Amino acid sequence: MFRSISGLRVPGSLQSGRHPGEGRGPIGEALVTMRGLSSAAFPNWAPAFAGVESGVRAVLASVGLMALVAGGAASAQDAPAPVPQAGAPAAADDQSGGLVVDVTGGISAPMPIAVPVMPTSAVVSTPAGSTDVLGRQLADIVTNDLRNSGLFTPLAPGQLRAIGFPEVTAPGFDYWGSTGAQALVQGFIRANGDGNLTVGCYLYDVSSRAELTRQGFVVPPSDWRRAGHKCADMVYTRLTGEGAYFDSRVVYVSETGPKNRRIKRLAIMDQDGANHRFLTNGQSIVLTPRFAPNQQSIVYMSYVNNRPAIYVYDIGTGRQRLVVQNASLTFAPRFSPDGRNILFSMAQGGNTDVYRVSSQGGAPQRLTNSPGIDTGGSYSPDGSKIVFESDRSGGQQIYVMNADGSNQQRISFGGGRYATPVWSPRGDLIAFTKLGGGFRIGIMSPSGGGEKLLTNDWQDEGPSWSPNGRVINFFRSGRGGGGKADLWSVDLTGVNERKIPTPLDGSDPAWGPLRP
Amino acid sequence: MAKFTTTLLCATALIAVAGCAKKRPETLPPAPVDSSAGVDPTGGLANGGANGAIVPGSDADFRRSVQSNTVNFALDMYDIDPTARAILDSQAEWLARNPNVRITIEGHCDERGTREYNLALGDRRANSAKNYLAARGVSASRMTTISYGSERPVAQGSDDAAWAENRRAVTIVLN
Repeated sequence: MFRSISGLRVPGSLQSGRHPGEGRGPIGEALVTMRGLSSAAFPNWAPAFAGVESGVRAVLASVGLMALVAGGAASAQDAPAPVPQAGAPAAADDQSGGLVVDVTGGISAPMPIAVPVMPTSAVVSTPAGSTDVLGRQLADIVTNDLRNSGLFTPLAPGQLRAIGFPEVTAPGFDYWGSTGAQALVQGFIRANGDGNLTVGCYLYDVSSRAELTRQGFVVPPSDWRRAGHKCADMVYTRLTGEGAYFDSRVVYVSETGPKNRRIKRLAIMDQDGANHRFLTNGQSIVLTPRFAPNQQSIVYMSYVNNRPAIYVYDIGTGRQRLVVQNASLTFAPRFSPDGRNILFSMAQGGNTDVYRVSSQGGAPQRLTNSPGIDTGGSYSPDGSKIVFESDRSGGQQIYVMNADGSNQQRISFGGGRYATPVWSPRGDLIAFTKLGGGFRIGIMSPSGGGEKLLTNDWQDEGPSWSPNGRVINFFRSGRGGGGKADLWSVDLTGVNERKIPTPLDGSDPAWGPLRP
Repeated sequence: MAKFTTTLLCATALIAVAGCAKKRPETLPPAPVDSSAGVDPTGGLANGGANGAIVPGSDADFRRSVQSNTVNFALDMYDIDPTARAILDSQAEWLARNPNVRITIEGHCDERGTREYNLALGDRRANSAKNYLAARGVSASRMTTISYGSERPVAQGSDDAAWAENRRAVTIVLN
C-alpha cells in the first residue's frame, strides 16, 4: 500500500532500507514541507497491515442522526481501503479492519488515547523555545485538540511515562496496553540546523500493535503550533474518517463593556485560542467578519466615519478597502467559495435585499427583490446555490435560491422563525438560529428536512461551521446590562457544547478554512 | 445681532428662573451626555455655545422645542403609532421653522433579534419616521437615515421596559 510521492526528502542519517509504514526498526521518514501550499503535499501513508482485525474498536451508540447524515450527500463506501473518507458515516463499515470511531451517533464512549511528550533528538534552543519544551507543548496541542473534539479521551499527559527518541517508531506496546489506551500518538521534534523544525507524528493501534499512519512536517519556528494541529488532524481523520479541522483559524468580534457602551474589535486566533491578535482598535463598531477562501483577507462591516459599510481587510498588510461605493447601508457580507464574489445586503428606503459584487469591486448585482427584509446570504460549497433569510412571508424564514437569484424557495417550515442560515462546507447541512422564546442553534438539510436543535440557552446566535462540517461555533449572550457574549462551539450531534476561551468577550465568530 | 439676541435670551432666562422659583421650564436644556449615541462626538456641548446658551437651529434647540426627538415602536414593528405621530408632528413643525437644518434619523432595535436582521429592521424604522416627516412637508433632501440595529441600546436591562425603550427612531439635527 505504499504510495511513492515525489519530492520527499529522507535524511541520510535516518534512511531505512525497510518498507516505510512497517512501523518497526529504524525510521524511514517522508518529510514534507509545509511551505508549499498544495494539499497534495500531505501524503497519508497507508498502513501495511491491511486485513488485520483489531480487537479494539470503539463503536458507539448510533441515534437518529444516522438518517439525517445519510439523507444528505451520501458518500460511497469503499472496499477495505484504510484511506479516510470525509463525511462518510463510518459506523456501519468497519472493513478497515482497525480502530474506528463512530462519529454519527451520540458520543457515549470517546476513545482512550495516549499522547506522550514528544522527545527531541537533541535539546536545541530555537526562536519558538527549547526543543524539549516544544515536545511537551506539541503533545499538549494534540491532546487538547483531540479532547475538545469530544470523540477522544486523552490520558493525562502527566501520568504517562516519558519515551526516548528511538522508541518513537518502536513503541512499548505492553506498557501502552496497560494504560488502557486504545490508540497511541508518538512523535518527535528536531531543530534542522537551517532554522526550521521537523516534527514527526506516528499513530499506532495499541492492541494490534501496528502503526496506522505517519506524517512529517517541516515548519519555521513561527508556525510550530501548526505542526501540532496537523498531527492531531492526521490522528483524527485516520480514526474517524472525517475531514480535518484542527489547523484552522477563527475570526470574530472581541467585545468589552456594558451593553450601551460596548467596544468591539475585530480579532483573529487559532481555533484553539492561541496566537490571538486584534485587527482593529475599537473606535468604530465592527460586525460580522468572514474569511476569504484563500484566507488572505477578511470581509466585514464597520461604522467607521458613521457610515455603515463593508470592507475587505488584508490580513498581511493590515490595509482595507471599501467594497461598494456610494451605497447606503451595506452589511452581512460573505465571500463566494471561489473568492470571486462577495454577497452582501443593502438597505434602501427601508427595504433590504441581497446583492452580489465582484470582490475586486464594481457594480453590484441585485439577487433578491422582495418587499421584505432579505439578508444573510451564504453559498453552498459548490457555489451553485445561496441560502438566505427573508421575512417576506411575515416572519424570518430560510430560503434557497440559485446563485443568480432565480428560483427562490422557502425551506423552513418547522413552526417558529429562522435566521442566519449558513451552508456547511460539506454541503449536507444548513445551520441556523431558531427564534421563538429564546434563540437556539439548529441544523437542517438543504431541503429543510431533518431539523434538529443543538443548543438550549437564552440567546445562542450566529452559527459558523468548522472546515470539516462537524463542529459549529456560535455566540451566546447573557441577560442584563452586564450581559456578556461569549464564543461557544457544539458538535453537530448536539453534544460537547463548550466555551471557547477568548481574552475578552466575543461574538460573530467565523471559522476559516483548513490551512493548507 | 445673533450674539445680542443670545445675550438677551440668557438674561431673560435668568430673570425668569430667579423670579418664578415654582415654575420650571417645560423642557430642560439637555444634559451634556448624548444618549442617542454615535453621531455627535461633543455630546451636545457644541450646540450650547461658549456660555451654555442654546443656539437656535441646533440639536439642543431642537430637543428642547419638540415633544421628543425619539419615537418608539412595538416589537418587530416599524409603523408610526398615534403617540409617534404627535411627536413627529412637533418635529415637523420645528423643521418647518428652521428650513435650512438637515437631520439624520437613527433606527434602533432591542436585543431580541438576530444581528443582521436588526440592522435591516433599524433601517425600516428610520425610514418610517423619515417618510412620515416627508409627508408632513419636510423635504427628503434634508434627511438621511442610519441604522444601528441593536448595537446602541439606551437601556441596558433585559426586560420589557428596557426593550421598549430601545426600539426607537431618533432624530438628530446635524451641524
